[in-house]
Amino acid sequence: MEILRFDLEAPRPASGTRQLALVGVVASGNLEVLLERAGPADRCTIEISTAARGFRALWEAVTADFVAHRAAGGLHISINDGGARPDTVALRLAQGVRLIEETVA
Amino acid sequence: MREWDTRKKARDARIDDGSAHATGKIVAPANLTALLQAVVRPGDRVCLEGDNQKQADLLAQGLASVDPALVHDLHIVQSGIVLPEHLDLFEKGIAKKLDFSFSGPQSARVASLLFGGKIELGAVHTYLELFARYFIDLTPNVALIAAVSADREGNLYTGPNTEDTPTVVEATSYGNGLVIAQVGEIVDKVPRVDIPGDLVHFVVDAGRHFYVEPLFTRDPAAITETQILTAMIAIKGLYQPYGVKRLNHGIGFNTAAIELLLPTFGEKLGLRGKICTHFALNPHPTMIPAIEAGWVEQIHSFGSEVGMEDYIRARSDIFFTGPDGSLRSNRAFCQTAGLYACDMFIGSTLQIDLNGHSSTVTESRIAGFGGAPNMGSDPRGRRHPSDPWLKAGAEADPDGQPLLRRGRKLVVQIGETFGEGNAPLFVEKLAALELAEKLDLPLAPVMVYADDTTHIVTEEGIANLLLCRNADEREQAIRGVAGFTEVGRGRDHKMVERLRERKVIQRPEDLGIDPLDADRSLLAARSIKDLMLASGGLYAPPSKFRNW
Repeated sequence: MEILRFDLEAPRPASGTRQLALVGVVASGNLEVLLERAGPADRCTIEISTAARGFRALWEAVTADFVAHRAAGGLHISINDGGARPDTVALRLAQGVRLIEETVA
Repeated sequence: MREWDTRKKARDARIDDGSAHATGKIVAPANLTALLQAVVRPGDRVCLEGDNQKQADLLAQGLASVDPALVHDLHIVQSGIVLPEHLDLFEKGIAKKLDFSFSGPQSARVASLLFGGKIELGAVHTYLELFARYFIDLTPNVALIAAVSADREGNLYTGPNTEDTPTVVEATSYGNGLVIAQVGEIVDKVPRVDIPGDLVHFVVDAGRHFYVEPLFTRDPAAITETQILTAMIAIKGLYQPYGVKRLNHGIGFNTAAIELLLPTFGEKLGLRGKICTHFALNPHPTMIPAIEAGWVEQIHSFGSEVGMEDYIRARSDIFFTGPDGSLRSNRAFCQTAGLYACDMFIGSTLQIDLNGHSSTVTESRIAGFGGAPNMGSDPRGRRHPSDPWLKAGAEADPDGQPLLRRGRKLVVQIGETFGEGNAPLFVEKLAALELAEKLDLPLAPVMVYADDTTHIVTEEGIANLLLCRNADEREQAIRGVAGFTEVGRGRDHKMVERLRERKVIQRPEDLGIDPLDADRSLLAARSIKDLMLASGGLYAPPSKFRNW
């Protein structure tokens, strides 16, 4: 198990009013992503707990691309990874941001 | 004075020699080896029918057990090298030279026999090329074919898996060669005549059905959310804007996902009747929900698919069927249809390079081509217009004189940026190129050439190569959809953003695709059982796909 932490500049703040969002499942080749509103609106903190060691550079690339393209400011994201491929990680992060920006009725 | 009928006389002699081992045309399996030793001559060109799916397995065993002292130096000319016996012929010294199309399961052994000098390789062909050569310079002296049943005159019923048989028989029999068929049973009257008896010289009663591989069944349970996202991108970013009605799908999970999204995502976009109405396609079980929802008008097939027989029989408006009710497939005609009458080919591959060449070659395997390059190529001989073809032609050459401008077929490669075993889809150098260098081949086995490829679709988006104006743009367009592979991470971010502004690259968000929709609940069927239920119980999945 490896723990990775990223504190990233996030140009676009997350919209919506939901306090937290959970997408995905912990399973082989999959991951669980918990998004919570926390911290300044121009930062995004990400904590990854992954079963696959030695992929720091890839996580850096995926998370940097994520904050650059999605509205992720003001979020703290916890990832529980079961060895998912980068395309699956990117999809889950995109889904998480979409879910938390939904307005709670 | 020259004799002008030596080949006819040679065939008559073969028939005479073979008749000693037959009763009329009928040969008992016990006499098969003796028959083959009597009629096959050293140096003969032999087609031992191995199609994409159907295999003349008994005749293959028979030919592999002849005495190499009597029968040797054969030149094998057949589309599929699929059974171990096909290669045993070369190991035993019965056959020497090989011209073929596809070797799927035997691809590693083909390479090792070639490397060890046991096979003298003519060429690796696409189906249509090999079929074409049957009529020009590779006409078989003997064809060993497979059918479901025969009558005593040798009329053959090939059933749903007709595949290559009419082409092989046409070339061999009218070319003065000898045709031997293996059949599952001898009957008084065949359900329909697929091959006329006067073209067939001997019939071996195998007493069992020939071997057929269910190659086209994709279990919806294995479709991932990334594949669903990629399928949504393809439908909204390609099928819809080009209005693709006539097309061919590959056999991978990406196109299976597209098939299963038509009745859900496609319906929501209002695309029924506007896309995907006519196919050159095998009867994929994953097409059932779209057919049932009224999307499809007509499908012509290369072969059949195990378990789809009753469904096809009950949907004769959609499929080509004989007077007996069962499917009539024909590989040569369907390949021609896929080449000339379809506006799009979309399929998966294993490797794409920075030019856009793609290949399914890995390590030391010679897997051949099959039919994908026929479908996945722009037919330069095409002359009839259609909206997608004209639109693609205009994108490639916006300043050209419209009345003199060729259209373009849409040739689309689709896949996730990381494939099986986390292998990257995008590479700097194709394994096919390394193989060609290692084996000293004159041509690298490229499945779809870069200049035929019009679009690449991944979960990251679509690269429209028709809109690229130079090699640099093309490379960056490809890198720009290559995700987090090394090729993708090596992109020039500024140039990729410029290409995105010009819609050379389109992202899911540019197309208004919500990542939350990339969910398995969007699939019209989520399991093989769902497919069976959608067919009203007509689809009978093979046991290996049943888990209930």
